[in-house]
Amino acid sequence: MSTETNPTPETAAAQAAGHAPQAYETVEPTPPVQPAARGMPTVGDELEVDPLLPGAGVPLTATITSVPSEDVAGYALMLGDDALITAQRLGELVAKGPELEEDIALTNIALDQLGAARMFLQYAGRGLDTTEDELAYFRDEAEFRSCALVEQPNGDFGQTIAKVLLTSLYQQLLYRGLLDSSDEFLAAVAAKSIKEVDYHVEHASMWTVRLGDGTEESHRRMQAGLEMMWPYVDELFDDSPCTDLIDSGVAVSAAGLREEFDARLVEILETATLSLPEIPAARGQGRFGLHSPHLGYILAEMQVLARQHPGATW
Amino acid sequence: MTNPTTASGTENTTTGSPAGSTPTGGWPLWEVFIRSKRGLSHVHAGSLHAADARMALANARDLYTRRSEGVSLWVVPSEQITASEPDSKDSYFEPAADKVYRHPTFYTRAEGVPHL
Repeated sequence: MSTETNPTPETAAAQAAGHAPQAYETVEPTPPVQPAARGMPTVGDELEVDPLLPGAGVPLTATITSVPSEDVAGYALMLGDDALITAQRLGELVAKGPELEEDIALTNIALDQLGAARMFLQYAGRGLDTTEDELAYFRDEAEFRSCALVEQPNGDFGQTIAKVLLTSLYQQLLYRGLLDSSDEFLAAVAAKSIKEVDYHVEHASMWTVRLGDGTEESHRRMQAGLEMMWPYVDELFDDSPCTDLIDSGVAVSAAGLREEFDARLVEILETATLSLPEIPAARGQGRFGLHSPHLGYILAEMQVLARQHPGATW
Repeated sequence: MTNPTTASGTENTTTGSPAGSTPTGGWPLWEVFIRSKRGLSHVHAGSLHAADARMALANARDLYTRRSEGVSLWVVPSEQITASEPDSKDSYFEPAADKVYRHPTFYTRAEGVPHL
């Protein structure tokens, strides 16, 4: 394209508008509301979580008024990492689902989880003075606080559904508890995400029932999938990483959710003619940065592009 | 997967799949109707495959409401729908075209009738 015959955007705008070409200048951040640039949360007066508007071109971002303390940021990071790794694992199923409809269903679940992860990571970034992209792409394994359950491989369909069932059931109870959190932003994110997670639980339990109460083969595989995931369930309900935050009312006591989790799970499994596994728990230290070998591979795939071309946009 | 399923498949998949194909090739076809927030009636949106009615509803929600297309979903097994033959379009629909007296606007109101 020759610049002589085609006017540059600046001159074209100037000619059209007859005044200084302001439209194409980089926008300087000015209070009170600054636009979101590359995932940086905006600062504003209203506390709200904006939905992704179709065609608006506005990235999913949240208007955050408070700066979380380092503890709360760490907690948000924990919740965000769970959702992020869940999304990444389910993303591996794009174009690999057993049926087209199920492919879309599982990847929709991945997108929902990614949306929640973005909000949590933006909030954590605010407290740690960084952006969501920095947190997602430039942290190493030891800095991730995700649990072992979400890192497990997808395996066959029964294993995938078992993983989605356990993760989403846990998240449903967790987000419900978070609605009462003393931290406004976490409560707002929970309020938005609970509607999505309700559907994830419904979808996974529908499949659990159909696979469990299906053919011999599907029953065997569903039971096997459940048993593969069972050692990683106990870690979800470990309160030790955030006892202070639980006392201050910001975090939800996961241990207190265990009873309801078991009750809901038993209900689903009974309808599915499956049995609750009796497998000893693995020792999970994911909340403290000690992960299984799986996470290394997951992060390698997730981060390689960003690390090879840091700061790239398109 | 040897069975090519499509979300809006109008083709009959059973003719396409070879004998002894994967068990999931047996999912029947369902037609999806969506009513939008501002709409009064459910409009046909497409079709999908599902094992049973509840899964069909869930799949319809996943496939056809991604962009806020609607607030109400109906799913109907395609077999249950009886459609008119395209060949008999003339005999079915053309005779109605020149029967003006079937429209209310054909008639003029008589003088002495205040409320009709």
